Amino acid sequence: MKNNKATAHEPLFHIAKRDAVVWWKAWLIRLLALLAALIFAGVVTFFLTKENPLQIYATMFDGALGTARRRWSLGQNLAMLLCISLAVTPAFKMRFWNIGAEGQVLAGGLATTACMILLGDKLPSSVLLLVMVVTSILAGAIWALIPAFFKAHWNTNETLFTLMMNYIIMQLVSFFAYIWSVPKGSGQIGVINRSTQAGWLPKIGGQSYLLNIIIVAILTILMYIYLKYSKHGYEISVVGESENTARYIGINVKKVILRTLFLSGAVCGVAGLLLVAGTDHTITRDTAGGRGFTAILVSWLAKFNPLFMVVTSFLIVFLQKGATQISTKFGLNDSFSDIITGIIIFFIIGSEFFIQYTLKFRSFKKEANA
Amino acid sequence: MFSTLIAFLPRAVAQGIPLLYGSTGEILTEKSGHLNLGIPGIMYVGGISGVIGAFLYERAAGTAEVIVPALAILITLLSSLLGSLLMGLIYCFLTVTLRANQNVSGLALTTFGIGFGNFFGGSLIKITNSDVPSITLTNTSNIFRTPLPFASKLGWFGEVFLSYGFLAYLAIAIAIVAAIVLKKTRVGLHLRAVGENPATADAAGINVNRYKYVSTCLGSMIAGLGGLYYVIDYANGVWSNNAFGDRGWLAIALVIFAVWKPGFAVLGSILFGGLYIVHNYIPGLTFATQELFKMSPYVVTILVLIIISMRRRRENQPPAHLGLSYFREER
Repeated sequence: MKNNKATAHEPLFHIAKRDAVVWWKAWLIRLLALLAALIFAGVVTFFLTKENPLQIYATMFDGALGTARRRWSLGQNLAMLLCISLAVTPAFKMRFWNIGAEGQVLAGGLATTACMILLGDKLPSSVLLLVMVVTSILAGAIWALIPAFFKAHWNTNETLFTLMMNYIIMQLVSFFAYIWSVPKGSGQIGVINRSTQAGWLPKIGGQSYLLNIIIVAILTILMYIYLKYSKHGYEISVVGESENTARYIGINVKKVILRTLFLSGAVCGVAGLLLVAGTDHTITRDTAGGRGFTAILVSWLAKFNPLFMVVTSFLIVFLQKGATQISTKFGLNDSFSDIITGIIIFFIIGSEFFIQYTLKFRSFKKEANA
Repeated sequence: MFSTLIAFLPRAVAQGIPLLYGSTGEILTEKSGHLNLGIPGIMYVGGISGVIGAFLYERAAGTAEVIVPALAILITLLSSLLGSLLMGLIYCFLTVTLRANQNVSGLALTTFGIGFGNFFGGSLIKITNSDVPSITLTNTSNIFRTPLPFASKLGWFGEVFLSYGFLAYLAIAIAIVAAIVLKKTRVGLHLRAVGENPATADAAGINVNRYKYVSTCLGSMIAGLGGLYYVIDYANGVWSNNAFGDRGWLAIALVIFAVWKPGFAVLGSILFGGLYIVHNYIPGLTFATQELFKMSPYVVTILVLIIISMRRRRENQPPAHLGLSYFREER
């Protein structure tokens, strides 16, 4: 029987697409992948530090959540990453690969900076804050609308376009950093309005990060409702699934692309505002700090669901903080956290395969029947 | 004016060579339908792997007199190629075998690769308990940078065309070979077919996954050499963290500028290299306006991107299946 021609050429297993997996099974697979990744990362760390692996994980927890200050810093970083992830999500749902969030955040931040420096001593603080909010939202939105316009009209590749826009705004920030530098010619803006604190977002209850966290929490819920229950959200998912279907049922695809990217850029602008006026009170070309790219991972890992994004962005920020602590404690280089983050993301990306597909092994029952 | 030009051109070429390696690699990868946004990370890994190899060899050899030039070149090249090959394999396994999203996988690879480069760049000395204060591979660098023997006797001609280390000529040779293979050979035809329409290629009996794997891994190895050239040749063998900067993204931009043709990439890389440093050669610029000039490569890329999408000439378009994974049973 073993030499039967039909079975001899059948491969050991083949891959088939799964039907929709029950949600808990899907999350179980992701959880297993995360565990496997943590174990693997632990092994790597062990070989580099020769420390007790349990000690390594304890250090990670300590680095992320050990003190009140660390918890606040974690909350702030989580809020910023989450905010940018929320911004890129509607575009991704539409299959518009906006990898220019980094630049859109900087555009918002630059607009905020301009208002703080140029209007800081001219306007009363409430008007100034209002002007800052409007200009930063517009700046972020315009930076996203430029590629969207060309995508909508000529189908220009948006991945590469938005990527290039990042570097243009970075150079603009460097340019203005020289124009407004303190002291002159240093190329550094330094803390803006240190004495008057004009344009600084107010502290709530003495905590400078609390306002940012509250704003982002509200944005998360709004974005969830917008994507899930509004007509716009529905149109976004139809365009994402199939542009032809969208056209057929009378959706104006161009309008949806432009509107969605306006929204995406606007939320990035808010993130820039929060970063510059809320926490940093200055701007450099690294103000966004790579979050525009990490946000894509966060959004994708959460399957574009804003509520899950709270979990995934917590995961990423936790890892970064924890790995930074490991590198400080064991005298390693800071970039260690990037390696750990990379490893864990590889595992989670890989696990998606087992959610969407199944391996079907060669069945031996047939032989018995034949 | 002429002397400025003679000083400027070799600098532009030296700046352009890493971009040329990166974009030739990325063109090969994109021709198989895979947009590898991990190229910046791969170039870091290619650089640091070569540095690790050279560092270990120099340390084992001890003094400069004992170092065998051929061996130093071989070890450095092989370790660099191995590092970037492993990165390419990670990307292929995720996107070809596991059919993961290419943008996400590529960005994760870039995060990982830059982290890997900076981590080992910063910790190599500590990990190996070495007694030297920093990673400076002057000896290996000098071997790589040996110009042609008669270059200095030929005046400006020698300076512009013959003054580079062998890796620079290798970059141009690889780009030309890649252009010929893509355009004139059966293998190139098959590869383009895979990138345009994998289902049709599959039906024609082409092993789609093998083509994707081979072209992506080869592409990664070529791109990794760009990182190696930067450290060993351009930077005189001194590794400093983040020195490579955003050149990886610029290499991806160059792919568009060269409309997916490695031959154009040769000229494009010199142009981009020139744009990257032109602010140093224009008199009367302030620090601020220099920053504005540094955005020119990106602006040029966007203009090219817009123009090719408006003109819609078929031979100038990206591969039709770029960015999409292929699953045989999904037709």
